[in-house]
Order: sequence, then structure tokens, then C-alpha cells
Amino acid sequence: MTDAAAGPARGEEMVQLLDATGARRAHPDHDVHLEPAEALEVLRDLVLLRRLDAEAEALQRQGELGLWAGSRGQEAAQVGAARALRRQDHVFPSYRDHGFLLARGVDPLHLLSLFRGVDHGGWDPVEHGVHPYTLVIAAQMLPAVGYAMGVQRDGAVGTGDPARDTAVVACFGDGATSQGEAAEALNWAAVYNAPVVFLCQNNQWAISEPVRQQSTVPLHRRAEGAGVPGVLVDGNDVLAVLSVVRSALERARSGGGPTFVEAYTYRMGAHTTADDPGRYRDAAEVDAWREKDPIDRFRAHLRAEGVLDDAFEERLAAEADAFAERLRAGVQDMADPEPASMFEHAYAEPHPQVVAERDEFLAAWARHEQDEQHATAGRDR
Amino acid sequence: MERMPIAKAINAGLRAAMERDPRVLLMGEDIGRLGGVFRVTDGLQKDFGEDRVLDTPLAEAGIVGTALGMALRGYRPVCEIQFNGFVYPAFSQIVTQLAKLRARSRGRLSVPVVIRMPAGGGIGSVEHHSESPEALFAHVPGLRVVYPSSAHDAYWTVQQSIASADPVLFLEPERRYWEKGDVDTALAPGEVTSLHRARVLRSGTDATVVAYGPTVKLALDAAAEAAEDGTQLEVVDLRSISPLDVDTVTESVRRTGRLVVVQEAPLSHGTGAELAAQVTERCFYSLEAPVKRVGGYHLPYPAARVEEHYLPTVDRVLDAVEQALAA
Repeated sequence: MTDAAAGPARGEEMVQLLDATGARRAHPDHDVHLEPAEALEVLRDLVLLRRLDAEAEALQRQGELGLWAGSRGQEAAQVGAARALRRQDHVFPSYRDHGFLLARGVDPLHLLSLFRGVDHGGWDPVEHGVHPYTLVIAAQMLPAVGYAMGVQRDGAVGTGDPARDTAVVACFGDGATSQGEAAEALNWAAVYNAPVVFLCQNNQWAISEPVRQQSTVPLHRRAEGAGVPGVLVDGNDVLAVLSVVRSALERARSGGGPTFVEAYTYRMGAHTTADDPGRYRDAAEVDAWREKDPIDRFRAHLRAEGVLDDAFEERLAAEADAFAERLRAGVQDMADPEPASMFEHAYAEPHPQVVAERDEFLAAWARHEQDEQHATAGRDR
Repeated sequence: MERMPIAKAINAGLRAAMERDPRVLLMGEDIGRLGGVFRVTDGLQKDFGEDRVLDTPLAEAGIVGTALGMALRGYRPVCEIQFNGFVYPAFSQIVTQLAKLRARSRGRLSVPVVIRMPAGGGIGSVEHHSESPEALFAHVPGLRVVYPSSAHDAYWTVQQSIASADPVLFLEPERRYWEKGDVDTALAPGEVTSLHRARVLRSGTDATVVAYGPTVKLALDAAAEAAEDGTQLEVVDLRSISPLDVDTVTESVRRTGRLVVVQEAPLSHGTGAELAAQVTERCFYSLEAPVKRVGGYHLPYPAARVEEHYLPTVDRVLDAVEQALAA
């Protein structure tokens, strides 16, 4: 059995509200009760996120997307955490945090446009409270802390007004904890008591490097030295993640300061569609994690509670099919950007170099088009 | 009109910007109580409080990264990098995040962050304190780079940089911090030279000498000396490295036919190289001689006891002028 398959190091207490079979577990500090309607909404979020991942992977295989970074296996960590957010909170995602986008009302086509190469993410970060994806590992963490410092200056912390008090979530993975900027971000957040939750999805693998090559101590303990409390939560248990992140967000919004949450989970698929995990990890490890599947587990729980029935499953399956169909059609219909649009938005105010180069580009383009037309006309004759 | 050194002029410019806009805040190492190692922010924390003048942990990526986050929340942070050679821990935040965020978000996000740093050498200091990194930043699309040479320009350009919706690298000529100049603080907005315009400081007919930041004084001294020998040099203060005001330079070169660029930074791939290329493209037939460059060598900045031989001098400028005139 590999480290990752075995679970967290012995002696590390991991918050869990559902065991691997979906049976409810009691925890002294954490509990969550969802009304049936909300519980079914959570299931829907999990299922649609997995469907997005499957559809996007297929679209990449068919050449419709340039690349895809999958989220399969991490649905509970993302959906659970996202459900704990309030409208005014702000998320700084990494690059496979698709569950946060869906939860924040982002049209997934605005995500797929990124992986198709049409843009760098088409959603409005202000409207949805989700920063653009960040591909430079850990580079979103300091901006997240700075945003939280801005929240403090706006007087949107500790007022007791649930519509005003605001928290920030910085998402990152196990690999990111090795970056110097991660250490800086934890320290800054502590020094300024910033209302930020560091959500580390420990999916056990940074491309081919297992987490033991990133850290000699459990990741949630990496924050202790900075004075930031760390919590380890079963990242495949949507209820536990919801409860732990909700507490951490509440602490941040009330002025209690930052928290580090390590959601212990697993990247079931490849790092991206350009990766081949068969070269560096055992199938047995993947099989062991399949037994801990976050969606199966939540389903079993809802069945046992009598909340979920076949009729809902059928409706949800039909909705997922329609969702996938919409994604597929949307991607296939997605137009390439106008070439000259690349010259827009490099600067807010015109930069003479850019203006001159755009004019040259347009003139050359027009010339080449003309040449092409002449050539075509010549052939026709 | 007030007479003050460059450091005080920047201080006054920061103060004016902070008084005008409560969203302006300062971040850096030792900038609060101490007033900065060059005292540029002297007294500002006392007057504006610790929430607006932040003595930060000693982490440059942290300074720039969190400034970016505050800018996203609507603030206008002005970061101080204590010495030019200490900016590199923040290089990733500047290049991969700050410079690109507007384009990546298709104009939806604005990160009006100013990064101030002392630049250039000649202060007899230890390593990493005397470098001229302007070309590294000017090469990065999305950034603006300005480098004032006088107290008057320092006062106004720091305010213009803060008002800019784009991120600005603001370089300060550290060996000129205590040189005094007249500052007209009473100008109306329309009367202030725009941030990225070069300025002709001295008219001449025989050759154009372009300088910026700390080398402007050198160019003026060289022009005074040349005049004694009957050579009339036109001196242009570039003021801005990105964008470059190539129009002002070519207008001058069309009249003089000769161009010498003076910088402290190493010459290779630098400001002078870019100007030489652009001037050659635009007014090749006005040039009577190849463009000459005077600057630092392609070396790590040397120890202080040698720096006078590394930095451009009046003699080296005049040598270059002579070569241009002889061609």
C-alpha cells in the first residue's frame, strides 16, 4: 500500500462526518445539517462538476480543447467549500477549481474557452467573486491576502452583519505549499490578521511528484509556524469540508484571522490531458481511492437518509446529459477571437508601441488578404 | 516655486496623492517610523497612520503580491523596494501577475500599483544597491517604466504614476536624491508635462545626447563642456523608458544628424539599443553617423571602489560625441 492510499499519517486527526461507506459519524466540533432540498442541490453540484470534467476531457480528446486539467476525485473538496461561501466572499482559484466556478454561477463555457485557447478565462471576476485562474503555482496566494487586507480596510470584517462581513479563499494544491510565496502568504495573513482561508486540496500528486517530496510534515502543520491554525479534513467527505470551511470562513469574517484547511483528497485522473500518470503511480493506489469516491459516498448517505430516490436520480441524469450537450455544442460553436483583439487590454491607456504595432499588423494583414485574393482569382482563371 | 531635493519632492508628491485620494497607501520595508532608508517617506506614517503607511514584513514578493490584491479591492498601493537589487524576489509577481492581469481578464481587472525603487549607482555602497534594472521591466508588456531626473519631475511624475490605471515601475536616481531643484507645485493639471513625454533640456545643433534619470546631469555637464569648445549639444531627458517618446528623439536627430545615448545600465539589450533601432528605422537618412551608446559594461555591478570606472563619465560622453562628429 502506498502512502497516499493509506491515508493521513498515523495520529493525525482528520475531520470526517461521513465514512467511506457514507455512514454518518459524529465529531465533537463539527456538524452539519442540510435540509433535504439543499442536500439534493449538493448532490447535483457534485454530479454536474463530474460531468463537466468528463465532457471536457472528451472534447480535448476530439481536438476541441487544447488541454484540460481535470477535477475528478476532488468534487467534494470544491463543492463543499464553495457551498460555505457567501455572496460577498471572494475566491482566488488555482487551475482545476472548476467546482468553485460552477458554484459562483460562472457559465462553464467561459471556463472551456480558456482550455480551448480562445481567452484566458471569460468570466467576470468582479461579478462572480472569482479571480482568474492562476497557473503560476502559488502566485494567487499573496494577492488573495492583499485582497483580504483591502476587505479589512473597507471595514467589512467583524461588524456582525452577515451581508457585509467578507472572507477570501485562496485555493492551491499540495505542490504549491513548497513555494516561497506560500510561506510568505501564510505569514502575511497572520501578521495582518487577514480574513482569508487557505484551502489546500492535497490531491497527493503534483504531476509526478508525490506529496512526501513536497513536505516532511503533514501539510496542515505547515501553517503552525506562522501562527495560522491548520485543520485536516477528509476532502472526499462533502459534509465535513462544508463544516470545516464554514467554520474557517466564519472565523475570518468575524475578525478571528486566517485558517489553513488541508482537504485530503485524490486526483483520480491525469494532471492534465497531456499527462500520463501510468508512468509514475500504481493502479492499486488509484483503485484504493476509487473506494473512497466522494460522490458515491454522499449518494449512499442520502439513500440511507431516505432523501434520495430513483426519480431524482433519473431527473439529475437527464439534466447532466443536457448540460453536457450544451457544453459540447457551445464549445463547437465557439468562434476564434478576432486576431487584432490581442492588441486590446494590454494597457488601460494607449501605449504608443502597442498602437504602432497594431497598425502595422492590420496593414500587413490587409495586404496579405489582398495577395491571397489575387492568388485565388488567378487560379480561378 | 519651491526649492527642494529630489527625495523631498517625491515625499511631497506622495503626500499630495494621499491627501487627494484616501485609497492611496504606501507599503514597504522601514518606510513608516524610519521614513525609509533614504527618508523618502519621512513623516508620512505619522500623518496618515499605520493603515495607510505599512511597515511590511521583509518579503518583496509579499509587498507586490499583496499590493496587487489590494488594488483589486480598489486601493492604489505604492510599494517601495528598498534597493534596486532586492526587487527580484518580487519579479514573478510583477511579470506574471501584475503586468498581465488586465490583458488576461480582457480589461475587467485593473491593478494600478506603483513600484518605487532607488536605482543607479554612484553612492559607494555594497553590492545589490547600485543597479539599473529598467530594461528588464521595459521589456515586459503591460508595465510602464518612468525614471525622473529632477525634483520637479519627481514631484509630478510620482503623482501621475499613482493616477495611472496601469502598473508603473518608478525608478528614482539614488545618487541624486539630495540634489535640489525648483519645483512648481502650483501647476494646473493641464500644465504638467505628460508622464511619458521626453523633454529637450538644452538646444543644440551638432549632436543629440539622450539621457535619463541619473545620467541627465552628466549629459548637461558634458554639453556645457562641449560648448566651451564650440560644439553645441542638444540634451534630451527621456523621463520615460516604457513607453519611449521616440518622436521627440527623432525630431531632434533630424536636426542634429547624430545621436548619443547615455545610461548607467549595461548597454546590451538596453534602452540605448532600443532607441538606436527605432531611430534607425524612422530617420536613417537623417543620421550622419552611427548611433553611439555610453553606459555600464556587461558585468555584474562592480565593487564601490571601482564604480567610477564602470559608470559613464563626462569624458566618456564627450568621447562618444567626438566619435559621432568624426564619422
